[in-house]
Amino acid sequence: MPDTYFTSEHEWIRVEGDTGTVGVTNHAQEELGDVVYIELPEVGTHFSKGDDVVVIESVKAASEAYAPVDGEILDVNTALEDAPETVNADAEGEGWMFKIKIDDASQLEGLMDRDAYEASVS
Amino acid sequence: MNTLPQHAIHERHGAHFAPFAGWTMPIRYPLGVKGEHLHTRNQAGLFDVSHMRNLEVSGADAAGLLARLCPYLPHDQAVGTAKYTFFLNEQAGILDDLIVTRLSDDRFLVVANAANADGDQRHLEAHAQGLNVTIKHVPRTFVALQGPAAEAALAHAGLDLQHLAFMDATETDSGWFASRTGYTGEDGFEIGIPNDQAAAFLEALLEDTRVELAGLGARDSLRLEAALPLHGHDIDPDVTPLEAGLVWAIPKTIRSGGDYLGAAALTAIREAGKPRARAAFLPEGKAPVREGVRVLTDEGRDVGVITSGGFSPVLERPIALALVRHQPDLGPLHAELRGRRIPLTPTKPPFVPHRFKR
Repeated sequence: MPDTYFTSEHEWIRVEGDTGTVGVTNHAQEELGDVVYIELPEVGTHFSKGDDVVVIESVKAASEAYAPVDGEILDVNTALEDAPETVNADAEGEGWMFKIKIDDASQLEGLMDRDAYEASVS
Repeated sequence: MNTLPQHAIHERHGAHFAPFAGWTMPIRYPLGVKGEHLHTRNQAGLFDVSHMRNLEVSGADAAGLLARLCPYLPHDQAVGTAKYTFFLNEQAGILDDLIVTRLSDDRFLVVANAANADGDQRHLEAHAQGLNVTIKHVPRTFVALQGPAAEAALAHAGLDLQHLAFMDATETDSGWFASRTGYTGEDGFEIGIPNDQAAAFLEALLEDTRVELAGLGARDSLRLEAALPLHGHDIDPDVTPLEAGLVWAIPKTIRSGGDYLGAAALTAIREAGKPRARAAFLPEGKAPVREGVRVLTDEGRDVGVITSGGFSPVLERPIALALVRHQPDLGPLHAELRGRRIPLTPTKPPFVPHRFKR
């Protein structure tokens, strides 16, 4: 059973070994409204925790998804380029955005679990 | 912060609110911006625009005051018609864009943008000094019902407006106002309703399955597809109607040599040539190119700026309005977005055809 953590910037990261799969939360997609465009990072790029990694554009506004931890991009969900609305339909499943190789697992300790996250947005 | 008179209805219908021009406004409803947008194009969207100020200008000198402040001919305006016009400053910059309706010989309704409403009212009052004019703020519920089903839905709710053509207006009852106008590019109406009668009327409209509430988000994406300018973005006190591509709103006889405020500057700019011109672009690819992004030539020369940009739900692609240096030989243009060059293909506005009922 993989562990899922949440950031105060409304990303989730599902951890399996040293790989994290990252997307934005269901709460975030509700706030964003209809997502019309996703700009994904290049595989192989290294990001530090807090860097802008993904550009998310809704009809109304542009926003970003940030790196929840330091690490290198291992894979991106290219299906979102043609179907960005998947982020609205299934933010915490098929709407995943990238996989990152976690440099330092201790950074996960600063993130929230689901209960803490849900409480923070309710 | 001002609250809409019918705030409770929006709350009950699940609106997401946000502050806009001093008002707590519905930005979207559970249907979402895209859904509200497409519903308006296909059937009818109901927008609460009570934040826009209704100003009644009346008295023997009412037409004279408007003739002084707006570049149009209010003396020639037929009773029961609405005109799109502006307040200009001395430099012919657009202080606000307005719809002015002639309600009777000596009574006009000026509908002003919320963000400029205080300034507009002071402007009218300042220039009314010594004239036989009364300026009255009419607080009421003001809604727009826009889309091909608007006429039928209003008739169903008890308001038969089929006799109005585009830009016609009428007072249907005491305190009521209706015009065949709007800002979406669709056929539709704007309706002023006394606050104490508005809730019942809006609920009657909303019982009609053809009608969905639509928020400021959809209002913005609809007007952008229709290439209608938004004050504070595409036009502002530094932009003239010549540059904004709005000279059509000024009668030919007074485009040069009128005697309204700003006429001298407008005449001078017409003779010298406008420095900038409005452009409409289809940015290549899928990424919206938004307000503030610079417009560059092939050699990287900065020649303009995107004034409104977003994603068109109808065309399913980005669209943008810009102000660009008025020069014939600029060559291919592009925007730079996050370090990438996005080619901008010029297009003839509107992006989506208007469907006014002439």
